Amino acid sequence: MRNPLSKSVVNIQPSGIRKFFDIVSEMKDAISLGVGEPDFDTPWHIREEGIYSLEKGRTFYTSNAGLKELKVEISNYLYRRFDLNYDYNKEVMVTVGGSEAIDIALRAMLEPGDEVLIPQPCYVSYHPCTILAGGVPVVIDLKGENDFKLTRQELIDSITDKTKVLILAFPNNPTGAIMDHDDLLKIVDVIIEKDLIVISDEIYSELTYGSKHVSIASFPGMKERTIVINGFSKSYAMTGWRLGYAAGPALILEQMIKIHQFAIMCAPTTSQYAGVEALKSGDPDVEMMRDAYDKRRRFVVHSLRKMGLECFEPYGAFYVFPCIKGLNMTADEFATKLLQEEKVAVVPGTAFGDCGEGYLRISYAYSMDNLKIALERMQNFVDRHRSEK
Amino acid sequence: MREKILTAIDKNSKVSVADLAIMLGITEEEVANTIKELEDETIICGYPTLINWDKVHCERVTALIEVKVTPQRGLGFDKIAERIYQFSEVQSVYLMSGGFDLTVIIEGKSMREVANFVSEKLAPMDAVLSTGTHFVLKKYKEHGLPLVQTKHDERMLITP
Repeated sequence: MRNPLSKSVVNIQPSGIRKFFDIVSEMKDAISLGVGEPDFDTPWHIREEGIYSLEKGRTFYTSNAGLKELKVEISNYLYRRFDLNYDYNKEVMVTVGGSEAIDIALRAMLEPGDEVLIPQPCYVSYHPCTILAGGVPVVIDLKGENDFKLTRQELIDSITDKTKVLILAFPNNPTGAIMDHDDLLKIVDVIIEKDLIVISDEIYSELTYGSKHVSIASFPGMKERTIVINGFSKSYAMTGWRLGYAAGPALILEQMIKIHQFAIMCAPTTSQYAGVEALKSGDPDVEMMRDAYDKRRRFVVHSLRKMGLECFEPYGAFYVFPCIKGLNMTADEFATKLLQEEKVAVVPGTAFGDCGEGYLRISYAYSMDNLKIALERMQNFVDRHRSEK
Repeated sequence: MREKILTAIDKNSKVSVADLAIMLGITEEEVANTIKELEDETIICGYPTLINWDKVHCERVTALIEVKVTPQRGLGFDKIAERIYQFSEVQSVYLMSGGFDLTVIIEGKSMREVANFVSEKLAPMDAVLSTGTHFVLKKYKEHGLPLVQTKHDERMLITP
């Protein structure tokens, strides 16, 4: 039989997280700090709206770009929260999670050989999606000493004649880093001068602590070269609903909708109705969750520092990214041993890019009780291995 | 800060002062002092435990009683409410809007005990015009916390 597989797909490395997931699944009573999704249930009024839409028999396709009602709410929301002006009719589309939006944005824009700048550590899908879209991923290794923000110099140094797209993902998974107004201002003129398009993955935009999220699309001259990607998973604890959206220039959106129309048809109808309710009256839920995360965030950072692990203040998402370089282990070894010896699962930083070596991703999307037990065990582990050294 | 502390302990009074300090990003002393103030001002009035007595094999009956009363000149409903809430059987008393005046929640060992309380203590009071007793059959949720189901973390252990 002929080889049924595509070379470019076979050559893509499976996610580093997958490998670790398999080990953890074997372990029966492991406590995990490894998830990338909220521990809250979707607020009841939102779930009820989904149920209601089913009861009403709203079980048909919606238009490709999404329910008009939802697109209007998205457009209102982006204006209300981030001062962004998008025409719901031409500049907003509803997708199957933020992940689909990332994929089709890249596919709509890349020509073979186009370079895509991917600051790492970052979410796992940008790199493979770039390759699948025929582009060339160019990794920028972000540094702990810069609190894992993208600096102007790092950006300038990575740009070539072939650079077309920059992916920005702040607040960041896995580091918890944010880029505030001033951080973004330092790179905006480079982006404009070099005529780059930005894919700004702002899925954690509601989860910032201390200051409000700033979208790069809100800077003068940026809206026409930015695709803002956001969704309901993190802000409203709706991961399983698979609902996200993209907002950007009509010129690009039109092509994205074309791919979406042929590959996906439309985002799940039930989820779209629930999404309308989320945007209309979910603000108090978001605030409640943000508040709970913030408390846990302080607790986790405090506990990690108490262990003697260096750890910069993460102002976004629900991750802490402590440095374990003092312990004479790779991130992979640390995570594997911690699991074997203390039955606590964390994700090695290397799962999010090579420059994650020496770091761990710790999620605080867990109850305080769970965090306490897990961090106590981790403290024992660190104490033991530090004295061995 | 007062509100932040109150919200943090509203559903869980067992959080330690040390943990509260870390979670709210203030000093332990500040937490302890604020809590002391809140107690002194009877903003924090106690630290009861939420128990699902249905799961313990001891007989308990809860009843909600609608009470109509005649308010007293100059004292309104407060005086009569106070006379009622002094009884140790009484768990809660609320002044209500609408068709009756006071909601009185009673806990007793048996229906007979509750019935005796209503007929011998509550109904004969001068100011009480009428009572309507409703027995609680099952409690689902109290103080914002569900009593019935326990939730398991169904998420996968590791996700990106």
